[in-house]
Amino acid sequence: MSDDDVLVRVDNLVKHFPIRSSSLLGRTVGQVQAVDGVSLTIGRGQTLGLVGETGCGKSTLARCIAGLIPVTSGTVTFEGSNITNLSRRAMQPYRREIQMIFQDPYGSLNPRRRVGSIIGEPFAVHKMASGAERKRKVQDLMARVGLNPEHYNRFPAEFSGGQRQRIGVARALALQPKLIICDEPVSALDVSIQAQVLNLLADLQDDFGLSYLFIAHDLEVVRHVSHAVTVMYLGRIAESGPKDPVYDAPRHPYTNALLSAVPSADPEAAATRQRIILTGDVPSPINPPSGCRFHPRCPKAQELCSQQDPPLEAKVNDPPDHLTACHFPVAQGETFARAGRVSRTGTA
Amino acid sequence: MSIVTELEVQSDTGPEQAIEGRSQWQLTWRRLLHDKVAVASIIVILLVTVLAIIAPAFASLTGHGATATFPKTGETSAGLPVPPGTHGFPLGTDSVGRDLLIRILYGARISLFVGVLTTLIATAAGVAVGLIAGYFGGWVDGVLARFIDAVLAFPYVVLALALAARFGPSLPLIIIVITFFSWAAVARIVRGQTLSLKEKEYVEAARSLGASPWRIMFFDILPNLLAPVLVLGTLLVPAAIVFEATLSYLGLGIQEPTPSWGNILAEAQNFYQEAWWYIVFPAAALLITTLAFNLLGDGIRDAMDPRTERIFASQRARKRARKRKRTQAREGGSAASQDHPDPAGPAAPPPTAS
Amino acid sequence: MTAVSLLEVSDLRVSFPTADGLVQAVRGVSFNVAAGQTLGIVGESGSGKTVLTQTLLRLTPGGEITGKAVFNGADLIAMREDQIRKIRGAEISVIFQDPLTSLHPLYKVGWQISEMIRNHDRSVSKAAARERAVELLARVGISQPRSRVDEYPHQFSGGMRQRVMIAMALSLSPKMIIADEPTTALDATVQAQILDLLLDLQRESDTALIMITHDLGVVADIADDVMVMYAGRAAERAIKHDIFYEPHHPYTKGLLESIPNSSAAVGRLKPIAGQPPSLINLPSGCKFHPRCAYVMDQCLTEEPPLAAVGDDGVHRSACWLPASAAGLTGEAEELRRQVVGSHRHGDAAEVAQAITDSVDTEGSILS
Repeated sequence: MSDDDVLVRVDNLVKHFPIRSSSLLGRTVGQVQAVDGVSLTIGRGQTLGLVGETGCGKSTLARCIAGLIPVTSGTVTFEGSNITNLSRRAMQPYRREIQMIFQDPYGSLNPRRRVGSIIGEPFAVHKMASGAERKRKVQDLMARVGLNPEHYNRFPAEFSGGQRQRIGVARALALQPKLIICDEPVSALDVSIQAQVLNLLADLQDDFGLSYLFIAHDLEVVRHVSHAVTVMYLGRIAESGPKDPVYDAPRHPYTNALLSAVPSADPEAAATRQRIILTGDVPSPINPPSGCRFHPRCPKAQELCSQQDPPLEAKVNDPPDHLTACHFPVAQGETFARAGRVSRTGTA
Repeated sequence: MSIVTELEVQSDTGPEQAIEGRSQWQLTWRRLLHDKVAVASIIVILLVTVLAIIAPAFASLTGHGATATFPKTGETSAGLPVPPGTHGFPLGTDSVGRDLLIRILYGARISLFVGVLTTLIATAAGVAVGLIAGYFGGWVDGVLARFIDAVLAFPYVVLALALAARFGPSLPLIIIVITFFSWAAVARIVRGQTLSLKEKEYVEAARSLGASPWRIMFFDILPNLLAPVLVLGTLLVPAAIVFEATLSYLGLGIQEPTPSWGNILAEAQNFYQEAWWYIVFPAAALLITTLAFNLLGDGIRDAMDPRTERIFASQRARKRARKRKRTQAREGGSAASQDHPDPAGPAAPPPTAS
Repeated sequence: MTAVSLLEVSDLRVSFPTADGLVQAVRGVSFNVAAGQTLGIVGESGSGKTVLTQTLLRLTPGGEITGKAVFNGADLIAMREDQIRKIRGAEISVIFQDPLTSLHPLYKVGWQISEMIRNHDRSVSKAAARERAVELLARVGISQPRSRVDEYPHQFSGGMRQRVMIAMALSLSPKMIIADEPTTALDATVQAQILDLLLDLQRESDTALIMITHDLGVVADIADDVMVMYAGRAAERAIKHDIFYEPHHPYTKGLLESIPNSSAAVGRLKPIAGQPPSLINLPSGCKFHPRCAYVMDQCLTEEPPLAAVGDDGVHRSACWLPASAAGLTGEAEELRRQVVGSHRHGDAAEVAQAITDSVDTEGSILS
């Protein structure tokens, strides 16, 4: 991707949260290594899907990019400018360009404020419109996202979950940002409503040339909305690249397992799919395993994997933007589990 | 999802069918009106307030001033107070022959004035400090929280004594003392609430928009604090009233001859054997007033809790079920019909989904 | 159906009186489950799926219940409290969605399982019950069960806690397990493990399983029969294959079309317009009509009965469209268009127009 097409570049981002002991002095006794060296790019008008399970650091990464939490090391660049750890004042102009949509339609809107005030907040904060003009813009936004502009004075409690998400989208759109970070925007919605919001997001991308960082755990949804995908595991990137190579020919064993674990609403496809059931649960990011973080659960792990952290690079025969961090990537057509159900018991 | 959460979600979907534009306050008000105890408390408080306001009218009506003594009609031959009903003293007199009723009414003026004023100032100050401490955290919170704790731990009587010794006891003095100790209680609670509210996603959303901390505190956190602060304030008033009575009782507050429930009681305790009315009536006034505020505060707290709605609903349901069983048993009828028209009709609005 | 039914539910209705009116949570549901079979109940919020299963075990206080639920010959609805208590846990077990709130945080996991065993049979000694608890933990795949049996729920991860719940559910060897969204809160890889485990256990002991979920993917994975619920009633009931490849009810079809990568997925997702109805103020006629792309005149006034579709005796759908208009093929769609075209006038046409205009949909068929 040429530099002109890159909207956001993240270089070697590290975010550790210190764990303080409970004594009065609060000595630091450990670190939660939430994000441990992540580099990625988001293109203009493109959607980057970010997937991973609990503890992979995707939400933390998103908040670092949005400037909501300070970064331990590494840089975040927006349109060429370094926006890492800026002061609130210095960050202010960038806030118009980078917005967020949150997961919880009930928690992300202040229950005591009217909807018009919530959507109009960006205008107020950035002093961009006031009075009647602000009201008009807010109502335009409401119509744009499929809400009735006459409900301007209602409270969030009077809207359904899907409608509240639309309110969140309207708020994010207000200042015409270039990037919207969507943190699990449809996970809390009913299935039939999810499609409404997903279609809305797609339409807005077409109309306004928006870029999305789309975080979700539902791989099917991610496949549907993304142009490129990054799979994270325990603070690191396992695999990334354009959507089709990653979904059709995943090279990392974790990606393989994740794809096979996602239930597909198509019984015949599900029956023929290769099943890989991983052992154990996702470990905690406080004490990540040595070397490749996935090695304790990996069906292909060998001694090298516990000693050396694999670099993120394009493997042989892969397109240059399809990167995998694995010493023994899954080869084309390789099966390492029987087709049909494979049953394995879990370990602690 | 539990059944009832599912029901809650269901009852507020579909904006066309559901409530329109009813704010939190309207809902709370309606629930409050259904609470008999709370309504009774409101009536009592209003009554006391009105009586306090028109106390001078009573004084001119009976011709008995608050500090006027009537040694001939108001005292027995032994110099003791006369019982209620004698010589036009509805509640009797005190040790120097003053009309007890009038004094109690004037005492109400003091109590309410001090109670409400100190509560207002203390609440405003407490909210400000608690909000700042809770939101900013860090060293700001470290300092302020310790300060709040220190104030709460301080022995107020000692301070009142010291100040009274230096400046002489007076009304402004007790207002200062009471306010000084009340704001800390508010601040502590507000700080706690703020600590939890600032983790809410909508606060994060506001930060992501670039809102300044002050803006967030005022527009996002404060509105969500008003509910608990209202309850707290309502409960603070009776505490302040008792506080004032205590200080006056100890002689550190309102001085003779100005009546305050506290200083009346201080004198009255010497006559508990001979003049029961001298203690009972002022004490009753104090009790009723503080009880009313406390019950009202509880009522407001319940009214703001959407769960109360469910309790009412299930109580009504049980009543209906029992009634139906009795009717069935009497008529020896068959199973209940499925279609139950709602007897209550669309009464109070549904609980909001949290 | 060759298998003998373990559970036969007939016309179950549950409603709750509230301050705003009567909430009709379940409005006449009937289904059967045989031993060793898995029934998937699919529904969104407000469909009544949770109330339905909780009512089977009489866990719905304040509800007004009519209908029958015959389990092993006895009607669960008519039972007294002491009788139903014997059934809970011993004959029918429940696994809830969030094990963190269903397990008591202050008691050791082993103790909770032992208590459950001893509550149903006082003659079992503490030692024997504890031994059984260890066995069960091993059975559900928790390693080092002998030491973990003395741990507290918060010491387990989400997936492990769910396994503990399953262990508890199995402790009395029930004939049927009701799993209410057991994997919704779990990561995908852990979800796969849990579903796997449930299927294994079921095969071993021939336990019947009722799986409640909103996730059609989970249903595609493990169900034998599927019942799709909407607004307190069954919209459609069929074997798995028919639900996914021969859906009849427009709601079922709509769900499939709105999910990425389903059996019916086509390029852009086609959402269902509107949202689920309030259970207090239900629409007239067919409760789905305000959202239905195939709404006809009759749908506004009469609620369709659950009528047979196809010949297998299992596939039923509550829709006025003819039984032959089932499936995802072009011919089926053509048939639907024809029928709707001639039966949509006046009010129904207005409803259809409103749905088409709604920014939520892609524009339904016909205007």
